[in-house]
Amino acid sequence: MINTKVIEVTVGVFIAAGIAALFMLAMKVSNLSTFSSQGGYEITARFDNIGGLKEMSPVNAGGVRIGRVTSVEYDQKTYEAIVKMQISPEYDRLPKDTSASIFTSGLLGEQYISLEPGGETAYLKSGDQIKLTQSAIVMEQVIGQFLFGKASEGVSQ
Amino acid sequence: MTNLFRILGHAGLVFFERLGRGHLFILRVIAGIPGLIPHFSLIIAQLYSVGVLSLLIIVVSGLNVGMVLGLQMYNTLVDFGAETTLGPVVALSLVRELGPVVAALLFAGRAGSALTAEIGLMKATEQLSGMEMMAVDPIKRIVAPRFVAGAISMPLLAAIFSAVGILGGYFVGVGMLGVDDGAFWSQMQSKVDWNEDILNGVIKSIVFGVVVTWIAVFEGYDAVPTTEGVSRATTRTVVYGSLAVLGLDFVLTALMFGDN
Repeated sequence: MINTKVIEVTVGVFIAAGIAALFMLAMKVSNLSTFSSQGGYEITARFDNIGGLKEMSPVNAGGVRIGRVTSVEYDQKTYEAIVKMQISPEYDRLPKDTSASIFTSGLLGEQYISLEPGGETAYLKSGDQIKLTQSAIVMEQVIGQFLFGKASEGVSQ
Repeated sequence: MTNLFRILGHAGLVFFERLGRGHLFILRVIAGIPGLIPHFSLIIAQLYSVGVLSLLIIVVSGLNVGMVLGLQMYNTLVDFGAETTLGPVVALSLVRELGPVVAALLFAGRAGSALTAEIGLMKATEQLSGMEMMAVDPIKRIVAPRFVAGAISMPLLAAIFSAVGILGGYFVGVGMLGVDDGAFWSQMQSKVDWNEDILNGVIKSIVFGVVVTWIAVFEGYDAVPTTEGVSRATTRTVVYGSLAVLGLDFVLTALMFGDN
């Protein structure tokens, strides 16, 4: 039998290694570290069609991630999608006439909201709504229009 | 013909008898756990033999599994020019499936068989009966600390397995094959979710730890107290433990990740 002190020390090291591994999974592997900067302010935008936008989708401005989508709902009165997004507190100088568009990163990538700043001097506050929005481009519609255009070209000739 | 029915009936009776005995046994073990609080050193000693001594095989296998994953996935992904998704592929497969499952299989082989053999031999050499003579409940004194130590060790071992495996994939992917360092980690962070992936993996490993340790201590306690009986019980621990892990993994995966 090894003496109890050695056992206690090695068990301590084992537990510490296990917790360190979990900590590494939390901070280095998962998105918990990007989560922890909760807070900031919430703004909403209405879109005719949001495509594949989901909760937790990124919100970018100039290609830099400045926030996340927190909820996606459907408004039955106006038949529009209401997207709420949370912007990090350090980016508090977005002009009132900022416009929001939904883009796809790459050909097959995930969808995200891109914010284009306008020229007003007043800034967006918590609870404000973005007036200018551009819906997601749905691939099937684009391909359908293209094929339709091609077909009508063929008829006219 | 009647002989066949007799054998089948006997096998069925034995099966249900053992099933019932196993569940009554685990209830007695759980009832014995509160009594362990003043004797915490018993758990520490078992954490050493169950957890610390399994550490080496877990670390070495984790490293190898991660390195092989990195190498194989790279060869496939590079055809599509998507080798930067190596990070999320390695991390998700380790954290969701391979970490808990392979660690539990190794745990059944390394620690489970040792537990069964130890308790079985204690029974064969009548140490357990000796304890009962001294009014010491062997379930509280021998079985409960081993069960608790197994249930605590397994999630820690699975977490170490996943972490070491991801590092192994990193060494192969970034160090040897030249995947971009920043893309490896940032893609991993954007794809791996703390609640969805990592916590579900931890829940899996806790379930596996409880089930494998339960099977191991029950087989040991229930072994026929002969040399042959102990050897059969040890085999059964590894076989039933591994089958239980693989079967439960399917059920748990369907429950956790089925809806997306």
